[in-house]
Amino acid sequence: MSTPETAGLALELRQLRKSFGKTEIIRGAELAVKAGERVALIGPNGAGKSTLFNLISGRMAPSSGEVLLHGEPIHGCTPYDINRRGLARSFQVSNLFPRLTVFENIRCGLLWSMGERYSFWRFLSRMDHVNARAEEVLDMIRLRRKRDVHVSQLTYAEQRALEVGVTIAGGGNVILLDEPTAGMSKSETANFVKLIREVTEGKTLLTVEHDMGVVFGLADRIAVLVYGEVIAFDTPENVRANERVKEAYLGSVLAQAQAAEAGV
Amino acid sequence: MTRDVYQFRPLNLGRWLLWSAFAFVLLMAPHVFTSSLSLTMLSQMGTAIIVCLSYNMLLGQGGMLSFGHAVYSGLGAFAAIHTLNKVGAGEWAVPVSLIPIIGGLAGLLVASLLGAVTTKKSGNTFAMITLGVGELVWNMSLMLPEFFGGEGGISSNRVVGHPFMGITFGPQIQVYYLIAVYCFICTVLMFAFTQTPLGRMLNAVRDNPERVEFIGYDTQRVRYFAFMIAGFFAGVAGGLYAINFEIVTAEVVGAQRSGAYLLFTFLGGSLFFFGPIIGAVLLVLASVMLSELTKAWLLYLGLVFLFMVMFAPGGIASLLMMNVRVAAHGLLRRLLASYAALAVTGAAVVAVFAAMVEMVYHIKLNEALGPMMKFAGMELNTRSGQTWAVAVVALLVGVGLFELVRRRFARQWHQIQEEIEARLARVPVV
Repeated sequence: MSTPETAGLALELRQLRKSFGKTEIIRGAELAVKAGERVALIGPNGAGKSTLFNLISGRMAPSSGEVLLHGEPIHGCTPYDINRRGLARSFQVSNLFPRLTVFENIRCGLLWSMGERYSFWRFLSRMDHVNARAEEVLDMIRLRRKRDVHVSQLTYAEQRALEVGVTIAGGGNVILLDEPTAGMSKSETANFVKLIREVTEGKTLLTVEHDMGVVFGLADRIAVLVYGEVIAFDTPENVRANERVKEAYLGSVLAQAQAAEAGV
Repeated sequence: MTRDVYQFRPLNLGRWLLWSAFAFVLLMAPHVFTSSLSLTMLSQMGTAIIVCLSYNMLLGQGGMLSFGHAVYSGLGAFAAIHTLNKVGAGEWAVPVSLIPIIGGLAGLLVASLLGAVTTKKSGNTFAMITLGVGELVWNMSLMLPEFFGGEGGISSNRVVGHPFMGITFGPQIQVYYLIAVYCFICTVLMFAFTQTPLGRMLNAVRDNPERVEFIGYDTQRVRYFAFMIAGFFAGVAGGLYAINFEIVTAEVVGAQRSGAYLLFTFLGGSLFFFGPIIGAVLLVLASVMLSELTKAWLLYLGLVFLFMVMFAPGGIASLLMMNVRVAAHGLLRRLLASYAALAVTGAAVVAVFAAMVEMVYHIKLNEALGPMMKFAGMELNTRSGQTWAVAVVALLVGVGLFELVRRRFARQWHQIQEEIEARLARVPVV
């Protein structure tokens, strides 16, 4: 069902709208993310970034408009259906399984995608392919030392790493990360950006980010969301030069961006 | 790159030892407790273990608080007793030893029908729907006396069909071993379930249903499948119940029985797989022995439950495991004196409190027998102010002493936990 215009696009939003009561939060958002591209979604507080993520990942249904994953419409689908089609997301507040160990969390993240589904006639310990992949992810997110620790005993940064680990474990090829580095120290953030680069290698990435250092270091293109509309979607250089962005953003974010640039 | 980690699988010796010990206990129990009362109780414990473990699939492993688990064990029992009667009438040919499986299939069938409704929701909504479904089935049992047997229930005779190798299931000991075999197999199967993808995803659904949806799983399906499996094992227990008692009345599907499963599974400990086994043993001990001992047994049970929920929400199993952890670090010896003191003062408080409760019951229920009452070898005058004064003073002193001991214990316990944490974190204790 892939038409010439959608070919090569991993994720596309068409005239996406979402209202809560009388308030319209997302107002005709449009976005076309190419396969393999890394896109940062920025915007002032209350612009609707998290809502947009919730609409894409199926947590909420849009009021109108379309979401296409690899050219297929996914708006109105359930979260698990969207996930099975190859889109995985992380959460702004760590959203894990607190009474399971780090390893178990990762393994839960990849069971479905490795075809184990609802089986209750096979032992987890005998699923070599699943366990090997879980160990691999454990190394990728650098939590080997904490393999058998319960999530509730992890540090904040470790929980953030595991959040990303559970998200990418399932092998989805479109990854949505919601403020992955929020609340981290500067050195933690730098390491984490490296980690995100590694684990999303070859995948399509859409990430909400406030830290402009991270945005310019990670993104191929930047989408700017203001009042529920994507007002600019371009390379970092062009977005920085964009008059509308400057206007909408004047003050906080632009100042941050310049500070980050000066710091580099 | 880490594949080699999983190619080496040593035999899990500890696990084998535990299962062997469990089988050994099941095998030897009737040779240690030989009276006919204990054989009856052991048989009941076997079925209770299956049903409490199946209940914990929902409560402990899936975070589903069901108020209607007796529906599945109860309808399994009815299916089994009707099958037994058909076999007795020569209409069906099913060996008696396989009738519990018929009970299980009935439990599975009912759970697949009702579960489709109940597992649509989780949390409070799930709990309330199970309560409603329980009431529904209970009312149906009154409306359909053909199936449920009305007031008298359905009775049967388990000595039917051809004896196999001399086993007729006439003597209680043969029934006990039938139950023991089922109990062992069902326990193994239910433990195995916890080690499978569905079993693990059930834990994930308990911990965080929302996230489960974003890793490809339909939480409703996970709950539904687990619910059906729990229904199957509950039905097996019901089938064994039918064979054991040879009579099934409508109360087996009632709310009181569902409540008992919930209470004792919780009491035993829902956080550990083996917790419900402890709960099941206590369930039978309480309902058979405690109820013989005193009319106030439900009051005591309610109090125990109350204290457990407030002070040890992990049940007996978690209390046990906390002490196992302390023992593993070689620190249990330090607590022994405190435990002894706790036991002595605690027992004194319980004894005095029980004496007062029994005196009240005596006044209310046995007025005609006069004011004198026997309690623990003593003659108590329930109408004398002196008796009450002594009891109240003894209770206050007991509670005071217990509280002193408890504070000392709490300090020690806290210190030991800190030492263990420090050891685990490999930080030297200052």
